Amino acid sequence: MPSTSTYYKIFALLMILAFATTGIAFIDLGIFNPIVAMLIAVTKATLVVLFFMHVRYQGRLTFVFAIAGFCWLLILLLLISTDYLTRAWLPIPGAIPPMGF
Amino acid sequence: MAASTEPLVGRTPNYLNAEHSVKSWLLTTDHKRIALLYLVSITLMFALGGIFAMLIRIELITPQGDLLSSDSYNRAFSMHGIIMIFFFLVPSIPATLGNFLVPMMVGARDLAFPRINLLSWYLYIAGAFLMLYVMATGGVDTGWTFYAPFSSLFSNGRVTLTVLAVFIVGFSSILTGLNFIVTIHTMRAPGMTWGRLPLFLWAHYATAVIMVLATPVLAVTTMMLGLEHVFHIGIFDPALGGDPILFQHLFWFYSHPAVYIMILPGMGVVSELIACFSRKRVFGYGFVGFASLAIAILSFLVWGHHMFVSGQSVYAGMVFSILSFLVAVPSAIKVFNWTATMYKGSISYDTPMLYALGFIGLFTMGGLTGMMLATLGIDVHVHDTYFVIAHFHYIMVGGAVMAYMGGLHFWWPKITGRMYPEIWGRISATIIFLGFNLTFFPQFIAGYLGMPRRYHAYSPEFQVYNVLSSAGASILAVGYLMPLIYFFWSIRYGLRASENPWGATGLEWKTASPPPTENFEQPPIVLEEAYHYSDEEAPIA
Amino acid sequence: MPEAAASPFHSRMKHQFETLAQQHHADTLGMWVFLGTEVLFFGGLITAYVLYRTAYSAAFAHASLTLDIVSGTIMTVVLLGSSLTMAMAVHASHLGNRRALAVFLILTIVLGLGFLGIKGHEYYQKWEDHHIPGPGFVWDGTDARAAQLFLYFYFALTGLHALHMIIGAGIMGVLLLQTALGRVRTYTVEVSGLYWHFVDIVWIFLFPLLYLVDRHK
Repeated sequence: MPSTSTYYKIFALLMILAFATTGIAFIDLGIFNPIVAMLIAVTKATLVVLFFMHVRYQGRLTFVFAIAGFCWLLILLLLISTDYLTRAWLPIPGAIPPMGF
Repeated sequence: MAASTEPLVGRTPNYLNAEHSVKSWLLTTDHKRIALLYLVSITLMFALGGIFAMLIRIELITPQGDLLSSDSYNRAFSMHGIIMIFFFLVPSIPATLGNFLVPMMVGARDLAFPRINLLSWYLYIAGAFLMLYVMATGGVDTGWTFYAPFSSLFSNGRVTLTVLAVFIVGFSSILTGLNFIVTIHTMRAPGMTWGRLPLFLWAHYATAVIMVLATPVLAVTTMMLGLEHVFHIGIFDPALGGDPILFQHLFWFYSHPAVYIMILPGMGVVSELIACFSRKRVFGYGFVGFASLAIAILSFLVWGHHMFVSGQSVYAGMVFSILSFLVAVPSAIKVFNWTATMYKGSISYDTPMLYALGFIGLFTMGGLTGMMLATLGIDVHVHDTYFVIAHFHYIMVGGAVMAYMGGLHFWWPKITGRMYPEIWGRISATIIFLGFNLTFFPQFIAGYLGMPRRYHAYSPEFQVYNVLSSAGASILAVGYLMPLIYFFWSIRYGLRASENPWGATGLEWKTASPPPTENFEQPPIVLEEAYHYSDEEAPIA
Repeated sequence: MPEAAASPFHSRMKHQFETLAQQHHADTLGMWVFLGTEVLFFGGLITAYVLYRTAYSAAFAHASLTLDIVSGTIMTVVLLGSSLTMAMAVHASHLGNRRALAVFLILTIVLGLGFLGIKGHEYYQKWEDHHIPGPGFVWDGTDARAAQLFLYFYFALTGLHALHMIIGAGIMGVLLLQTALGRVRTYTVEVSGLYWHFVDIVWIFLFPLLYLVDRHK
């Protein structure tokens, strides 16, 4: 189990990332804005999971359980995108217009 | 193989006679008692769903919509679907046989979280009572699929309460799955490695994974549907720029894996039955076990095949079609392995085996017609026709319900300490098989010829198929009534069962019938593989 | 299997288990399974949001600007702080330090309630601005329909999150009571901590998703 100093260090990192994500939002990175924001969020979440939730210090099984939900969410996101990203490619007469995609 | 006729000396203490008060049943944390609580509730809901089925089949004897108005008919088939799927099929084997057997098969005293197990039953009951109230106050007419925007904005049925009931019963499902996963991971007896687990447990583990990962999406989707129905504002509303197809995506993201929740436990039962009544280990144990996991994972990748003609992108349709072909492979692997298990086995045709054999044949037919539906071109023709209805009833009734009946008969002596009357078991299994085929085979034809589903009236050229189907349904009903009667009869008058009347392998057969509350006198130690059948182990004749 | 740390707040071993270590392992896995279900529960809504944001990116960006980024950042900081105090509380329970445990639980609850207070204020602002989707909706711009969609997601996602926070605060309250009565168990604190951290993680994602849409424009 981690020591209190580890907890404080991780907290400091989290704070830096929190301010960073807000700050970077004001810089125009075009398409990369949401990507960077998500990357920072994933990093923060990973730090919380590994250190505050002790997954770093427990077995591989706990790690698999911790990550399974996120992997499944990715399946939902990716497969559902196959519809929304490709609906405009072959518009079917009378079909529901693809939401402005 | 007959049950032992040796009477038990006296009445040994077991989980049934441990305590007699109503409170000891309603506040029990014993997984075996909870299994029985579920058994009673599920049987009642099955009967209710069956009544709606009879209404449908009686209406459809004549082409005109004369028994029920179209609105009443909509409510009848909606209630039939909602009750049968959410309140019967999804819980059926896991909540009854699974709850009873999972701890015993791993060699534990109970599940990991007994109080959560009881909570799951109460959630089921709460959902069921809500549904009864919905029924009594007009029902819902959206179909069990609740498609938006009809269900969210236009239906005048009891949509909000129905989705609330489904939401609640979904959590019952999640808690059951959670319990199974943790139990199988952490509470296996010494020597019970993953490679020695009965295939029943592999199947229930895979089912539990689906329950836990899919059901929350249904929960949040029904929640959004309910909010939209109540507040008339929502994300599925085209007037706001919303997409009704999004509802279908989210709904089927659960509901397709849900059909595997309904069939996987049945496959687990069939593995046990085939092995026992062929007196042979399951051929390709590893393949069958991993096929269960493969089915669980692949089941999440195919939901779009319900939406080929909904307005979904054609390219997404192609992706889902190919993936749907893929998901048939592990199911087929199982069928081949069961067949190979029987080859050169010593087959006996006791009632459970009759159900298992029926399962293999009917599931295969249902599965093959599923592949036809997965084919984009064919689906355009048969979508929303009776072809689809026949397909899923072959799997759900010809498959899942037959496996459930087979399992009930097989483990009945363990659960109650009594044997059912074997001759009546075989008769009713045969009646069910014949009645089932007469009911649903004509529906394939009617659907292929174009008869649409969810209509109370139809074109007269389909009448002959509908009459055959309704006749079959009456026979099927008789077939289901018989076990209800003789199971009740057996509790009082059935032959007392020994520890292992079938001569089967598995830890549950190494303790008394019915088992003591703590399951085993001493925690078992496992030294053999799962299906250590051999000629020397012929059961007591 | 993880070794249970030595602590005077011993759990009582339940009859279905063989060892306390087995029970702890089961409890941890059980909570992770539950958190997995929560990921998919929020995930369904988030998936829908991601799709609509991509479809109506301009309108969603416009609507996102009506959210106060300062209070959003403060809420993020507050919640991260509460995760720190939660981790410290778990640490204290492992060491058997009842007073430290109580102090950190109180801090966690206070920070959680602080978050809820700021959120409540935000909701009140939205109500005053007539930005609640529905009949009373008033919008400055041509994209009122998509703006309503955005705000629907805003209320649904943050509302669901707030509900989970309230439940979490309730759980912490119960733990505090148990600590005061001398009946707290280390493992209950540990497993409840997992739930609290998870609710924090949900906000870690909600904040950029909802508040940081094209802020630079």
